[in-house]
Amino acid sequence: MNFMASKQPENSLLGPESDSQRTLYPYVTGTSVVALKYKDGILMAADMGGSYGSTLRYKNVERMKAIGKHSLLGASGEISDFQEILRYLDELILYDNMWDDGNSLGPKEVHNYLTRVMYNRRNKFNPLWNSLVLGGIKNGQKYLGTVSMIGVNFEDNHVATGFGNHLARPILRQEWHENLSFEDGVRLLEKCMRVLLYRDRSAINKLQIAKITEEGMTISQPYSLKTYWEFSAFENPTQGAVGSW
Amino acid sequence: MQKCIKNGPLAQLLNAKKAYPVRPEPWKGPPTVSYRKMFRNQYDTDVTTWSPAGRLFQVEYAMEAVKQGSAAIGLRSKTHIVLGCVNKANSELSSHQKKIFKVDDHIGVAIAGLTADGRVLSRYMRNECINYSFTYESPLPVGRLVVQLADKAQVCTQRSWKRPYGVGLLVAGLDESGAHLYYNCPSGNYFEYQAFAIGSRSQAAKTYLERKFENFTDASRDDLVKDALMAIRETLQGETLKSSVCTIAVVGVGEPFHILDQGTVQQMIDAFEIVGEQEGPAAEPDAAAGQEASAEPEQGAAAGEGVAPMDI
Repeated sequence: MNFMASKQPENSLLGPESDSQRTLYPYVTGTSVVALKYKDGILMAADMGGSYGSTLRYKNVERMKAIGKHSLLGASGEISDFQEILRYLDELILYDNMWDDGNSLGPKEVHNYLTRVMYNRRNKFNPLWNSLVLGGIKNGQKYLGTVSMIGVNFEDNHVATGFGNHLARPILRQEWHENLSFEDGVRLLEKCMRVLLYRDRSAINKLQIAKITEEGMTISQPYSLKTYWEFSAFENPTQGAVGSW
Repeated sequence: MQKCIKNGPLAQLLNAKKAYPVRPEPWKGPPTVSYRKMFRNQYDTDVTTWSPAGRLFQVEYAMEAVKQGSAAIGLRSKTHIVLGCVNKANSELSSHQKKIFKVDDHIGVAIAGLTADGRVLSRYMRNECINYSFTYESPLPVGRLVVQLADKAQVCTQRSWKRPYGVGLLVAGLDESGAHLYYNCPSGNYFEYQAFAIGSRSQAAKTYLERKFENFTDASRDDLVKDALMAIRETLQGETLKSSVCTIAVVGVGEPFHILDQGTVQQMIDAFEIVGEQEGPAAEPDAAAGQEASAEPEQGAAAGEGVAPMDI
């Protein structure tokens, strides 16, 4: 038990719940998720790494899962919280199916449900330490949205979490367009993932790409991207400026 | 056990068939039998008592309350639902009771029976809809709301400290599979209908609807409203149909639930009063005929203006 965390200063305004366990830091984390809308639905990419601080400890973590018939959820951040979210959603979809009445929760509904959950946890100072990407397609309507651990949510044609926000989104802004073919979408995602692989220290070279269309969700087998390290600038990186990296 | 005297007062009471007293019987002097025997039967004291025949009399009495309320009707096509009700004010001085409630943009309800119970249930329905909308940013499918309402009504049939709701609800709403009309009754049952009528003299409206319902699925929105007005007219049985005695509400694909204003309703009444029951105008809408006087004797005006006689 982390005694430092639960010790309260004398002037603490927290009430009786101040001794309860609340999430303070994440432990096993996943890095960026990148997703975009294409012609037939949504494409999403995430690597399979679970870092334990600076150690790349787990290398077979699936960070994207299908939710119901219409949605796909990708998560970065604390892996155990992602698993907890999957349990919540499992229950949600179960009750939805139990109605057995021809109505079903689509990606928009799931996204909003998640927003409520994340925001309410944030208000209790006990967040689920994740940035989530929720994409799907229902009755021809494509949907792609994101929710963060503090409840910030929005939908867009392309989204990314973590480092992806800084490295992938500029590429997507330049090169995304309406009605991408499947091949072009994958190529664009791989371009983003390659940049992340080069520049994000918690990325590993083992990724999966998931797609969701009206027919359903499919997720690729894990594979690696080709990388090139023979740039001349890499040979003597500090040549121009001693002391730089 | 008291011996059953042949044809005595006790025997008469025990042998009485379904006698639903509409008004209290005239005072005949102090009762000559015990008070217990004055009630129809000894199994109707509370809702948690079964009769030997397997009936819950309190629930049935609650359904009676619905039959005593003023009429409400509903009918639907593939894309629209129309609700209508008869408004009866207690006196000329008072306003009439609100019997149609908007529950959400895509759901509305018309009630018959204890309107206070109806108001409370409408509030519950509105609450459920708004909570769902807030959580999922999506409208609550009417089929699910109706089940929740029915389950709520069922609770009141299985608690000794409660009584069943004395109101029948015609719930009109849209969901993914199109337009729906449901009837929720105090027993906790619900049924889906193409068209239905509840309340007093609803049988007349039901008869009319039974004749016409096959056309409803593909009917236009305006034809549906017209049919609703016709059905209401049936329940009035001779009284003039004017917009002050009825309320009409519509909900449909692309059309949020709203109550039609009295002017619009009166216009529609005027338009079809001239045309009559047949589809397609038999006579040109006459400006003078807009006045109630000529429309009033529905059977009398038949010969003069080419209007088909009402066949009730």
